[in-house]
Amino acid sequence: MPANIEVKQITKAYPTDNGPLQVLDGVSFSVGDGELVAIVGPSGCGKSTLLNIVAGFDRPDGGLVAVNDIAQTKPSSKGILISQRGSVFPWLTVQQNLMFGLNGHPRAQKAALADRYAAMVGLKGFETSYPHELSGGMLKRAELARALVVKPDILYMDEPFSALDALTNLRMRNGLLRILAEERHTVVLVTHDVEEAIHIADRIIVLSARPTKIQTVFAVPFPHPRPLASVAVQELKVSILRELGVDSDSE
Amino acid sequence: MSRVKQLLPSLAVLALLIAAWWMIVVATRSVIFPTPWQVVVGTMELIRDGTLWEHIGASLFRVAVGFMLAVAVAVPLGLWMGWVSGAFTTLNPIFQILRPISPIAWIPIAILWFGIGNASPIYLIFISSVFPMIVQTTAGVHTIEQRYLWAAGNFGVSRYTLFRQVVIPAVLPQIIVGMRIGLGVAWLVVVAAEMIALRSGLGYLIIDSRNAGNRYDLVIAGMIIIGLIGLSLDGVMRLLEGLKSVRWKYAR
Repeated sequence: MPANIEVKQITKAYPTDNGPLQVLDGVSFSVGDGELVAIVGPSGCGKSTLLNIVAGFDRPDGGLVAVNDIAQTKPSSKGILISQRGSVFPWLTVQQNLMFGLNGHPRAQKAALADRYAAMVGLKGFETSYPHELSGGMLKRAELARALVVKPDILYMDEPFSALDALTNLRMRNGLLRILAEERHTVVLVTHDVEEAIHIADRIIVLSARPTKIQTVFAVPFPHPRPLASVAVQELKVSILRELGVDSDSE
Repeated sequence: MSRVKQLLPSLAVLALLIAAWWMIVVATRSVIFPTPWQVVVGTMELIRDGTLWEHIGASLFRVAVGFMLAVAVAVPLGLWMGWVSGAFTTLNPIFQILRPISPIAWIPIAILWFGIGNASPIYLIFISSVFPMIVQTTAGVHTIEQRYLWAAGNFGVSRYTLFRQVVIPAVLPQIIVGMRIGLGVAWLVVVAAEMIALRSGLGYLIIDSRNAGNRYDLVIAGMIIIGLIGLSLDGVMRLLEGLKSVRWKYAR
């Protein structure tokens, strides 16, 4: 069951030597059941901080986050965070990683579920491999599978594919969209890659520079599979980049 | 083949050292300091009358018991100190004071408490190897990357699963490093520990050979055997570093 998220007036400051640094300055938005929302913004604007707060890992100074109308104060297995640096346990095999979050199932069933999801992300045959034996893209797929296998309502993704090369990045996006078409999840995706946001999201929230507020929200009206090279998509990309202060026409 | 090639320079230097030793002993006509050949003959003598194996066995037994006890104490204690900050702030200053005290300084107290049987050297080995392992294990817990703890927290697993599948395997490479250091120190200390009046062990062999008629061939034989056994002990610990579930930390 996908879930809806309500984010209300989130503020967050970090203490520095020169006094507190206001990072988030009243950010509010909502995400509907099964909606794919991307958050883009200039670097250092607190995108990751915002996502960590929404996912329950960090506490805001003010405001609140509610998931299905219940205040979110700590992380929950109903919403899995996929971070930029990855958190597949290097001391467990792919299968053991995928079984990690499966509480309460009998062992054989856990292993079967893990193998099914490993196959779904294209890691069939690598179940007994250790993460250091995998490539960067495979590691990301293992992380995605480990999140999906617990059937979370929400996926929180923090620059999930930004460390990958362009080709692997594109493959991962297509793979993610294929999976999301089969299994509905609510997705909050933080990225600096505007094209990635347009490729995946139903709605794109553009953040301002620090102290961060919501600057604009764009709807992405294109049905999947999205024609990334089309004029309409490129025009949307230019408008979003302009909001981010990059005038791509003059380059 | 390339391993052999890598070893060649060290073997060459070793051969040179032995040759130099031999020539100096011959040139100076020393009556006490043995030639390499006399050391070999002395060693053969020890092998033939069976005392060598007794001494090696006695030393290894003491190191094994003292070291195992130290592992059994240091690993749980280190994990606890790493995880519970109250335990760390309470115990760490005490261990930091105890740690720099040389095991040799403990000898009088060891004799007082444990007499001159096996218990004394075992205690000395324990006390010398337990602190490095506590320190390594604690540091291992402190350096677990936050992203792994977050992921574990995200899946809402039980405390038992958290410890068994995240904390302990994350720290295991550091525990193994600590064990390597601990075993090295333990082997260093066994010789000193056996110099207090025991009737067996490689340390005893060295002191007894000196006292009973200046048998310096046996003194040097004992030293070389200690070196070789220390090397193989370290080799065994290094095998642990090759385990697949810990290689992520050392590889790359």
